[in-house]
Amino acid sequence: MSKLLEVKDLRVSFKTYSGEVQAVRGIDFDLKKGETLAIVGESGSGKSVTTKAITKLLPEPQGYIKTGEILFEGQDITKYSNKQMQKLRGRDISTVFQDPMTSLNPTMKVGKQIAEGLIKHRKMSKAQAREKTIELLELVGIPQAEKRLNQFPHQFSGGMRQRAVVAIALACNPKILIADEPTTALDVTIQAQILELMKDIQREMDSAIIFITHDLGVVANVADRVAVMYAGKIVEVGTADDIFYNPKHPYTWGLLGSMPTLDSDEEELFAIPGSPPDMLNPPEGDAFAPRNRFALEIDTQMEPPMFQVSDTHYAATWLLHEYAPKIEPPESVQRRMQGFASMDDGKDGEA
Amino acid sequence: MAFLEVEDLKVHFPVKGGIFGRTVDHIRAVDGVSFSLEKGKTYGLVGESGSGKTTTGRAIIGLNRATAGKITYNGHDITNLKKADLDVRKEIQMIFQDPYSSLNPKKRVLDIIAEPLRNYEKLSKQEEKKRVLELLELVGLSSESITKYPHQFSGGQRQRIGVARAIALKPKLIIADEPVSALDVSVQAQVLNFMEDIQEALGLTYIFIGHDLGVIRHMCDDIGIMYKGRYVEEGTVDDIFDNPQHIYTKRLVAAIPDINPENRREQIYYRQEVQKEYEQSYDDYFGDDGLAYGLKPISETHLVALPEKG
Repeated sequence: MSKLLEVKDLRVSFKTYSGEVQAVRGIDFDLKKGETLAIVGESGSGKSVTTKAITKLLPEPQGYIKTGEILFEGQDITKYSNKQMQKLRGRDISTVFQDPMTSLNPTMKVGKQIAEGLIKHRKMSKAQAREKTIELLELVGIPQAEKRLNQFPHQFSGGMRQRAVVAIALACNPKILIADEPTTALDVTIQAQILELMKDIQREMDSAIIFITHDLGVVANVADRVAVMYAGKIVEVGTADDIFYNPKHPYTWGLLGSMPTLDSDEEELFAIPGSPPDMLNPPEGDAFAPRNRFALEIDTQMEPPMFQVSDTHYAATWLLHEYAPKIEPPESVQRRMQGFASMDDGKDGEA
Repeated sequence: MAFLEVEDLKVHFPVKGGIFGRTVDHIRAVDGVSFSLEKGKTYGLVGESGSGKTTTGRAIIGLNRATAGKITYNGHDITNLKKADLDVRKEIQMIFQDPYSSLNPKKRVLDIIAEPLRNYEKLSKQEEKKRVLELLELVGLSSESITKYPHQFSGGQRQRIGVARAIALKPKLIIADEPVSALDVSVQAQVLNFMEDIQEALGLTYIFIGHDLGVIRHMCDDIGIMYKGRYVEEGTVDDIFDNPQHIYTKRLVAAIPDINPENRREQIYYRQEVQKEYEQSYDDYFGDDGLAYGLKPISETHLVALPEKG
């Protein structure tokens, strides 16, 4: 598969009165055609900022790309002018934002908001755009599309609004769909519907999805590959199976262990102590070290490089170094890994 | 005698309309809810947004007026208490959903946590400070926090401040309204573990309101599932999760994303089955007005809203 998007050593900073906040501190990843990449992390880990850098929606001039390249189909789009970006956004790369209540224009009919992109990017006539809009509304599962198109966002329920936002994002058959916590504001039953809808549409249109979330349950449901971000860096990346069955980074262990699941009954949750570091003065060495109960001495002095675990799986922790002591993941995480593995025979425990 | 007993609670909000602003209709936010809970247990109230779970919690603590019904706490009738009998209220406290808006940004942590103490207990400045420091230690915040303002804390820390305020008067019952849904997963686990610890240490009883069934299962002993202001099912954790009877409960349980990627296909399949069943049998489970029927016991602990005939 060809690489649709390549991000190389991207660094994004924000200028504030108290100094420079390093939100993203050098990340590399790529996205292939038709795949779903999930970026997971806590608030403040830089996951949303990364996607905003890709779409050039950073609040300039405070937020800026310090270094790095973003290659979209081989072209470095960090050098694009605003005009070029406008063409790209909506047509090739589009975004579904977290909150459907605020991402729609309350004074504009829903149909018109969807048709806007069609008329602008695909040069459709009004009549054509209307027809396509009805088609899109039906695609995202909004009944009575012809009637709905003349309604305003406040006449839609939360789930319906998010469907309308998905329809806008899909209007121009984008090559990349960025979904920034698209279901966080929704109820569980509606969340399940929206996730399935996005997967169906992806299959139909063969677009790639970048899925930003902090909910690992959602990740397990949708992602082909997962990148775990912490303090502005990708600390572990791999296929969904790599991350869930064979996680290597202590932060990933913590994330997996802290999720109450339906199987974890009475046991204490494996909480990650403390809180994320201050990005004004990122700590020296491994940023996760102060919260890491498995931290080694070297963690406070030197940042760990990416160690390769397998062809698809990389993790940035000194624990993978050949001289590092062999440390097993905490019991609760191990139990989970075993639980996962027992349901699946073809997986090896160690890679 | 149950510790807290709610009998046929109704909370209706009037809808004003017409040129004279007369009451034209009512929104039945809570429409006949009954449950009881034992001391030291955690009771979960679950439902989608708009199902009336928060309103039920607020009516118990007196933030919403009950239209009808009776709430008995420890043998006292506390339905719609007047200010004068506020004494019982001391023993019931609430933790709110959003730690970003439930703390006054203009007040220092000392004043936030001391506020309930100032209302109920006459303490000298030193005593008050001592109590606040004790509380901060209990919730795991440093003593320097006392002069800081809410914006200087992270979400998880703020929620701890909210908890410190809630336990300042040594309450017996705490109503926690989605206390972790605004927090990140890693921090969520900290707060949940901590809530369990103080429950044990202080012998607290919780009413835990939420929509995340993973969290609910982890925390609760008994669960009530609400839909449009009424109960559709009530039972122990095992009743609800291993043997859901009502179609609405089944749908909720099916919608939980499974953390295991290998189960993806099965889960979609199961979800579609349940969705189909939901659409087909909706009329069997809900009355003509789209509301749930009354609860019928199917075992000693397990109640399900089923139609009269059967």
